Amino acid sequence: MKGMTVIVKKVTQIVCGIIFLYGIYIIIHGHLTPGGGFAGGAIIAGAFILLILAFGSEFLALKKEETRSSIMESSAILIFLIIAVLGMVIGVGGVFFVNFLPKGTIGELISAGVIPLYNIAVGMEVAAALLTIFLALLIYRDEVLK
Amino acid sequence: MELLLIVLLVLMIGGAIFSLEAKDLLSAVIAYGIVGFGLVICFLLLQAPDLALVQIVIEAITLIIMIAIILNSTREEIKTKWPKTIVFVIGVFIFIGLFLYFFNRTTGTLSAFGEHVMRMSKAYILPGAGKTGSANLVTGVIFDYRGYDTLGEATILFTAVIGVLTVLRLKGRK
Amino acid sequence: MIVYFLCIFLFLVGLYGVVTKRNLIKIVIGLAIMEYSVNLFLILIGYVKGGTAPILSNEVTKRVFVDPLPQAMVLTAIVIGLATTTLLLAIAIRIYKKYGTFDIREIKNLKG
Repeated sequence: MKGMTVIVKKVTQIVCGIIFLYGIYIIIHGHLTPGGGFAGGAIIAGAFILLILAFGSEFLALKKEETRSSIMESSAILIFLIIAVLGMVIGVGGVFFVNFLPKGTIGELISAGVIPLYNIAVGMEVAAALLTIFLALLIYRDEVLK
Repeated sequence: MELLLIVLLVLMIGGAIFSLEAKDLLSAVIAYGIVGFGLVICFLLLQAPDLALVQIVIEAITLIIMIAIILNSTREEIKTKWPKTIVFVIGVFIFIGLFLYFFNRTTGTLSAFGEHVMRMSKAYILPGAGKTGSANLVTGVIFDYRGYDTLGEATILFTAVIGVLTVLRLKGRK
Repeated sequence: MIVYFLCIFLFLVGLYGVVTKRNLIKIVIGLAIMEYSVNLFLILIGYVKGGTAPILSNEVTKRVFVDPLPQAMVLTAIVIGLATTTLLLAIAIRIYKKYGTFDIREIKNLKG
């Protein structure tokens, strides 16, 4: 798949980092403003898809990228499970998913116990999953449908 | 407000009918985008900003994938032939009648639009911010009160990715 | 009540697409329209007139909130809808490569 013209490439180089930063902002402030893990993860996947579409698929080594994003997705869901099991071991109630870190004042950035950590894990998982699906379809289109 | 929702819903129904009846597949996919983006505006009018953010990005990604698939193949449309017997017409009318009857029965028990009696939600809203510590109540409900459902959703997404990789046979191709 | 009726009518339009059409892509589009209409119906039930989004802040002290429970359910349902649509599209690509057409009446032969 060929890339696009020079204007699109230049604008993508400038804008892509801003979109990535916006996605991270929405993930981390998930317990204060609307958003959360799912919206932020989808936005980060959108930034990567924009990069691939603008520069063309002969620019990257697609198979290696797909392996890396697969590994990132599996490790993100593993982190989610480890935090949930830690609640069972450490927390007061002894059940799955107990919120065991201290909850500060409402409205601060560091508050609400384990919820920001859950947001980060889910955000990584959704972004890596969408990117893996897109890369799998692209590899199939390039190598098999000659 | 309700008038705006009615206008948007009529636009979405028009877009959906056009998308299913279009002759060219590319027009069908682009008209399907009308339904998705109209849904974003409906979510904003119904005071649900989290959902609007998720829906707009996912709709854009779905449109990209569908257009990439369609441009690779033939774009012709195959016509269906309706049977022109009298039994078919009577069957359609019976279906419409049953639908209207059951619609009356079920939505007669629902409260009118906009007057929601929040019996169960009061137990989540009033102590919600204090117990979970988060200012966003929807995030508190997802990750604290109903964390198991979020784990199930993450598993479904993971399984779908494995399914796509298996169907396309990218791994294990030796 | 008219809003509920229009939402369920959108569901029926999607159902018509799944049952009647012969093209595989139209069937996938019909299924996705059905999922959108169900999500919209769940949010329509939880709306309170004059309510705001369920987020506390310093300026909003005592207001009426919209129901947050259906919003939490639909948030995961949207992502699940994307996952199933992508899986169906992957199967559609494989079918096109093997049979050369998207017509569902021609893919009944079990070719080796």
